[in-house]
Amino acid sequence: MSAVVPVGIIDLLATRSYYLVTFLLLGVGTYTMIASDNYVKKVIGLNLFQVGVFLFFIAAAYVDGANPPLLDEPGPYVSPLPHVLILTAIVVGVSLTAVALGLVVRIYAEYGTLDDDVVREVRADE
Amino acid sequence: MNELPALLVALPIVGSIVAFLASLVRTRSGWYVAVATLAVHTVAAVALAERVFTEGQLSYVVGGFTAPYGIELVVDGLSATMVVLVAVVSLGVLAYARVAGPRSNPFYATYLLLVTGLTGVSVTGDLFNMYVFLEILGLAAYALVASGERGESAVAGLKYLIVGTVGASLFLLGVGYAFVATGTLNMADLSVKLAEVGYTSPLVRAAFGLLVVGLFVKVAVFPLHTWQPTAYAGAPDSVSALVAALVSTVAAYALVRVTLSVFTVEFLVANPLARQLMVVAAAVSIVVGSVLAVAQTDLKRMLAYSSVSQFGLVVAAVAVTTETALTGAAIHLVGHAVMKGGLFLAVGLVAASTGTRLIAGYDGLSQRLPGAAGSVAVLALAMVGVPPAVGFVGKWYVALGAVEARAWPIAVVIFLSTLLTLAYFARLIERMYFREPPEWATDIDEAVDTDADTGGVADVATDGAGPRAVSTGMRATVLAAAVLAVLLGLAAVEYGQLLEPTVERLLS
Repeated sequence: MSAVVPVGIIDLLATRSYYLVTFLLLGVGTYTMIASDNYVKKVIGLNLFQVGVFLFFIAAAYVDGANPPLLDEPGPYVSPLPHVLILTAIVVGVSLTAVALGLVVRIYAEYGTLDDDVVREVRADE
Repeated sequence: MNELPALLVALPIVGSIVAFLASLVRTRSGWYVAVATLAVHTVAAVALAERVFTEGQLSYVVGGFTAPYGIELVVDGLSATMVVLVAVVSLGVLAYARVAGPRSNPFYATYLLLVTGLTGVSVTGDLFNMYVFLEILGLAAYALVASGERGESAVAGLKYLIVGTVGASLFLLGVGYAFVATGTLNMADLSVKLAEVGYTSPLVRAAFGLLVVGLFVKVAVFPLHTWQPTAYAGAPDSVSALVAALVSTVAAYALVRVTLSVFTVEFLVANPLARQLMVVAAAVSIVVGSVLAVAQTDLKRMLAYSSVSQFGLVVAAVAVTTETALTGAAIHLVGHAVMKGGLFLAVGLVAASTGTRLIAGYDGLSQRLPGAAGSVAVLALAMVGVPPAVGFVGKWYVALGAVEARAWPIAVVIFLSTLLTLAYFARLIERMYFREPPEWATDIDEAVDTDADTGGVADVATDGAGPRAVSTGMRATVLAAAVLAVLLGLAAVEYGQLLEPTVERLLS
């Protein structure tokens, strides 16, 4: 067992690196959202989390040695569908970021801070 | 009229744009645009439901791309129910929002966008399309929650946005896993291909886990409910009512659709652990939601925790998967929307008159505001499950379904849930009917009367705790919700029969 595991991991790193990066991004994003008290950093964490998901789709669509799905290119093609899906998801992500940042601006105007702890204290005093 | 499902989604979008553009010509015209749009929307929704219940399932392929490749809209009995529910409740809340506000045109544009998302999730037959509509409804809901004037609303909106987006992203990741496993996104096609891949394949299991957890966030199942109390308490009253009545309900519908139409009962049979985890989540949600509700002093927060508990029942029904339980889930979804929406509106109505949302402020309400107190009492008792109200029928069917499936622990929890619901509503009713109103209360009531006489309607604050004007529309909406909660209970058995073919198809 002990000899197999390291080889497996190296193998995994070599062939599945995109998936590892995906889960790294998901992890970093989640950590930032939970650990940071700053609203802007929370939104950045959220973006990282979403990018992780996007990368998962794009990595899944890739076929080794395949061409872009164009009529004048010979097959095999990489799958175009996930690209289209993620294009939509990116648009959704951008709109979400816009709304989130709009709210952050409003919170700053109201409380004069971006720190979650301070806002909570101010609200507790109200 | 095969295009009806697509039109139902498109109509509120158009209305939303019109409401937004109308603000260039005249401010505060959004309400009229919204009423006109939703009136047509409701008529179309009822026409669609009538067709579905007489002719059976209906599907429409968007843009002429054939089914497994293009996006398909599928309407069965359950989706038709959701579409009608969304249309009727959003139109009803409009009657309330006329005076209660918020009144800006962008608010109504967002309001219509929310209706688009809700309708879209209900009619879509494509998993990725469901994600897009979930995000549309999410975006609109975040913006609406934040539309209150206080800073608290913005904080609540941002928290809701972050948690909700994580939920939706997990859902998207689940869609990705299912897509990698099968190469398709069409729900009907997926159910066939997932079976071919094998229900015990790690990929399929992971897809199920991610999709369900993502939807649990949106439904607000304990412990993923943390966004809900802040969002409901921070939002303006009309928004709390709309969001509480519809957003979690439609997410729960999506849960039913994903679990039973995409993964099917065989998946749950092949993975007993998945079913057990759902049952545990449901049971914990029911109990902890109620306990937290009892501990609240703010009425809106109490109602929010009550939702956590009530949606536990629906999740329980999905996990139990008997015909009776699912019929109960559908009835409870409709009933809960009417009751909880009505309760939030009633709380807003009382807050407008007395300026308080605290449970302690409800002392002797029956003497001060007999109509509002009566509506709250009826809605609360309906929620507890006193026959013949709709709350009773829903719970009864779900409990009966659990007994049929011999799922004894969950059956016990469901029966217990009635008592738990009583625990937090009984003290409210006790305060309203068996206590004397405090002395300051009479002063405020008189102040409101004079305010209304001098045309106080014009400068109503859209938020804040001070006394405000109360319109006939507000009173009528609350009363209508109370009456509907009882009448629906009487019609529920017939509705259950109408739903029979749909439920059979879901379980086959």
